[in-house]
Amino acid sequence: MEQLLYATLSLGAFALIAGIILAISSKVFRIEGDPLSDKIDALLPQTQCGQCGYPGCRPYANAVAGGDADVNHCVPGGERTMLSIADLMGVEPKALDEEEAVPVVAFVREDECIGCTLCIKACPVDAIIGAPKQYHTVVSDHCTGCVLCVDPCPVDCIDMIQKPELLEHWSWPLPDTERAQLGAERRESHHD
Amino acid sequence: MIKSLLNKLGFTSAPFPGGITPDMCKWTENSAIEDCPLPPLFIVPIKQHIGQACTPLVQVGDLVLRGQKIAKSEGYLSVPIHAPTSGKVIKIEEHPIPHPSGMGLTSIFIEPDGKDERDTSLAPMQNWQDIDPSELRERVRVCGIAGLGGAAFPTFIKLLKDKRNPIETVILNGIECEPFLTNDYRLMVENSAEILHGLQIIMHMVGAKKAIIAIEDNKSEAVLAMQKVADSAENHAISVVSLPTRYPQGGEKQLIESLTGKQVPAGKLPLHINVLCQNVGTTKAIYDAIVLGHSMTDRIITVSGDAVPKPANMRVRLGTPMRFIYAQRGLENFDGIQILHGGPMMGERMRHPDIPVVKSSTGLLAISDERIKPAHQVEDPCIRCGHCSEVCPVSLVPNLLADHCRNDQLERAADYDLFDCIECGACSYVCPSHIPLVHYFRYGKGQTAQVRREQSFAEVSRLRSEGRDVRLQREKDEKAAKRRKVRDTLRSESVLNPENDAKSTAPSNIEGKE
Ligand code: SF4
Ligand code: SF4
Ligand code: SF4
Ligand code: SF4
Repeated sequence: MEQLLYATLSLGAFALIAGIILAISSKVFRIEGDPLSDKIDALLPQTQCGQCGYPGCRPYANAVAGGDADVNHCVPGGERTMLSIADLMGVEPKALDEEEAVPVVAFVREDECIGCTLCIKACPVDAIIGAPKQYHTVVSDHCTGCVLCVDPCPVDCIDMIQKPELLEHWSWPLPDTERAQLGAERRESHHD
Repeated sequence: MIKSLLNKLGFTSAPFPGGITPDMCKWTENSAIEDCPLPPLFIVPIKQHIGQACTPLVQVGDLVLRGQKIAKSEGYLSVPIHAPTSGKVIKIEEHPIPHPSGMGLTSIFIEPDGKDERDTSLAPMQNWQDIDPSELRERVRVCGIAGLGGAAFPTFIKLLKDKRNPIETVILNGIECEPFLTNDYRLMVENSAEILHGLQIIMHMVGAKKAIIAIEDNKSEAVLAMQKVADSAENHAISVVSLPTRYPQGGEKQLIESLTGKQVPAGKLPLHINVLCQNVGTTKAIYDAIVLGHSMTDRIITVSGDAVPKPANMRVRLGTPMRFIYAQRGLENFDGIQILHGGPMMGERMRHPDIPVVKSSTGLLAISDERIKPAHQVEDPCIRCGHCSEVCPVSLVPNLLADHCRNDQLERAADYDLFDCIECGACSYVCPSHIPLVHYFRYGKGQTAQVRREQSFAEVSRLRSEGRDVRLQREKDEKAAKRRKVRDTLRSESVLNPENDAKSTAPSNIEGKE
């Protein structure tokens, strides 16, 4: 009987100590914010285009982290982003909603621009410069190609043009041997 | 010290790991350098080095002289471009350059006037011993010198006298380990005095006390020629070392390891272990720039391959179209022929011969399809024979690395030191399963670079978008504060004179709008 008492007491004491340590460390090592949504946000392309159905990358990251959205809604991110989010979340990869499009940037036909500043207001990354009643211009190095500026323009003078392919950014394709292509096809099949 | 080094070398004949000994095919070793005639039209790309492209300085219709600067360098990692001969600029537009993508770059088209007049605005610096190294360095930059060994790295950057990393040994790279190529070899045989002179200038510039001229033992004539001039020089700190022939000994880090037994750590430069490595062709160009005042307008190119009727070494002006050079050697019909820019191991296949030669053009090869085909057979599965790891000069495990690249496992590939691969092609050469290993590595490197670029762009976009949110919030707050102020003042006014009540409705209207 006495032994039972000792066992209970010592276990209880251990539990108490562990509880105190846990309580302290939860204060000391506290992590601010939601680390999972931060990690997801870091994987997103930050185009801020809203094609995922959320008003930007951060809200989408929050939704995915909260389990409210699937991992496959980011269109500009394409397959690579989908796979890395699925990997991070530990869920099965899912087919993409839409095909990934070629990278584009906005271009203002300056002679037609009336300087209404509506596109500036729409641009999520402040990539358009201009003042009221002046030409507006897209800083193409900053433009993410989100297309959000096209609709607001009352005179339709913004075109989305294909991003020029730079020699320095060219990279070798896979070898065209059968084995190399098989792998590529397998990856492609995620799209179907 | 040098004696002991030599002894050490005698005993350790294979200091860098791996390597292969392919059939060298040095068919042109006995053909003296010939001058290539001027083509009817020069195509001069505005970038012929690693780094930023230049900006054209001339306009259509301008007359230029040989050696005149026609494009100015932009940024630090860049050297200017000079006109290859005297003549007239007839157009400036995009044209394909020697690049595996087949893509083009802005190029300056010059029609020669046949007089080949030289721009003499740069004075010779025959008394370079008395001139400050920084001034000599500026001359090397102005003359547009980029590494002629194939990498075309702006040379002046390496010629820095740096107190933190003083250069003790200058290594003159006369290895030329690529099969077929003999341009450096012929230069050493024919211009040994100029090369030695150039080497002394380099030693003066970086303050090095000794130098090693490294040549492979299949080039005995060059060893003799360089030994002769080195012996006659007053400076006895220059030694000539003959190394056993092995590919890729000419790689900068491999050569340094062969000679000194020291490894250049990954991500570091030779100067971090107090060594400077220069190609013999570049050294001759430095001589030309300093002692003669000539900017870089030509280079030696080996034209060879089984499809070339008369292989040769030629002194070619930069910007000469490849088709014209091949025609000089009797090759005009390119059906069933592959063109390689550079050597057979590291060179790149060109899609057509209407591309100009540039500072990195070491060789122009033309190989018939029958000969090149065996190298491009069907890729079989890896049989884990381990030959690829045995020959890798940087001790990688190519078969695993290729698997990671093939499957887009880029991070894992980077963990396996993908970026240490020098793309020498030794692994592909020995693979019995014909796996295009280097090609996979190039693919993997390109994809990794792409991902990193996208990540940094995303990071910038995120910051910009967050910055915008902050700005919008601030504007909103400011507006609200202003409105509050207006309302407060109006309210206090209306308290003072109640007859103004009608006016005070206006601001509340504005507020209602928002
Ligand atoms: S679709 Fe992708 S890039 Fe566009 S807002 Fe959503 S998460 Fe961002
Ligand atoms: S300029 Fe237009 S397309 Fe480009 S980021 Fe801004 S809103 Fe999007
Ligand atoms: S190509 Fe790269 S992996 Fe292959 S042997 Fe050369 S350095 Fe090693
Ligand atoms: S040489 Fe080829 S077959 Fe042999 S281990 Fe390497 S990749 Fe595999």
